[in-house]
Amino acid sequence: MNHAILQMVCFIAFAVVAVGAALAVVSVKNTVHAVLALVLTFFSAACLWMLAEAEFLALALVVVYVGAVMVLFLFVVMMLDIDLEPMREGFIKYLPIGIGAAVIMLLEMLGIIGIKTLQVPAGPNPAGMSNIEWLGTALFTHFLLPFEIAALILTVGLVAAVVLALRVRTFSRRQNPAAQSAVRAAGRVRMVKMAASTTAPGPTTVGEDSQA
Amino acid sequence: MMAIPLSWYIVFATVLFCIAIAGIFINRKNVIVLLMCIELMLLAVNTNFVAFSRFLGNPGGQVFVFFILTVAAAESAIGLAIVVLMFRTRRTINVDEINTLRY
Repeated sequence: MNHAILQMVCFIAFAVVAVGAALAVVSVKNTVHAVLALVLTFFSAACLWMLAEAEFLALALVVVYVGAVMVLFLFVVMMLDIDLEPMREGFIKYLPIGIGAAVIMLLEMLGIIGIKTLQVPAGPNPAGMSNIEWLGTALFTHFLLPFEIAALILTVGLVAAVVLALRVRTFSRRQNPAAQSAVRAAGRVRMVKMAASTTAPGPTTVGEDSQA
Repeated sequence: MMAIPLSWYIVFATVLFCIAIAGIFINRKNVIVLLMCIELMLLAVNTNFVAFSRFLGNPGGQVFVFFILTVAAAESAIGLAIVVLMFRTRRTINVDEINTLRY
C-alpha cells in the first residue's frame, strides 16, 4: 500500500511539472526558453510513461525527442535571426479566445471521460514478460511490414530535409563526377595521321630543324 | 502492480492537449511555436495510447506510439527544413506575411 501511495505521489509530481512546462511553452516570450520548456515537458512525460511500465517507449522518447528533435529545434531557433516583437503582437488579443477554446474543450473532454472511469483499477501485467520483450514480440511478428515502412519514411524524410535545405551555389567551382566518369580516351587525345616528310633536308633548313 | 488509475493518464493527456490548442490560438504568428504545439498534441495522444495499451494488456498501442514517434520525427525534420527555407527566401517566419499562394 505504501508503494501505491509512492507511485501516485510520483505521478502527481511529474504531471504537475509537465503541465507547468507545457504552459511555459505556449506563454514565454523567448523561443529558446520555449524549446527548453518543451524539453522539460517531454522528460516529465517520459517519467510518466515509465510509471506506466512502458520503459522502452519512455527511453525512446528521451533519446529521440530530447536528444534529436529538440536539439534540431534549438539549432533552427538559434540559427534564424528572428525579430520577436512582431511575433508577439496579438498575444493579448487572442489570449481570451485561446483560453476560452481550451477550457471549453477541456470541460467537454472531461465530460466524455466521465467520473465513473476514475474508479477503473489497474489492468494485469503483460504475462510475465518485460516491456521490451512484449513490445518486440508484437513489433516483429504482427507489425513487421509497418516497421519496414517506418524505416522507409525516415529515409524519405532525411532525403527531403536535405534537399529542401540544400543551397546550390552557382558560383562555386565543383567537380562533376558524371562528366568525369563519362570521359573516354577519344575525348582527351586526338590522333592525327600525317604524311611523313620524304624530302631530305637541304642545307638551308638545318638551322630551322635544330630550332624545332 | 500499478496503483495509478487509468483516468489519471487520460486527464493528464487531455490537459496537455488543451494547452497545446490554446498555444496554437495565442501564438498564431510564430511557425516554430506552432510546430512545438503540434509536438505537444502528439505527446498527449501518445500518452493516451501508452496508458490504454498498458491497461488493456494489448501491445498494439505501444507499437502504434513507436510509429507515431517515427512519423513525428520525420515531420518535424521536414517542417524545420521548410521553415529554414522560408526564412532564407522571405527573411521572416511570420504566418501573416506568408500569403503568396492566396493571390
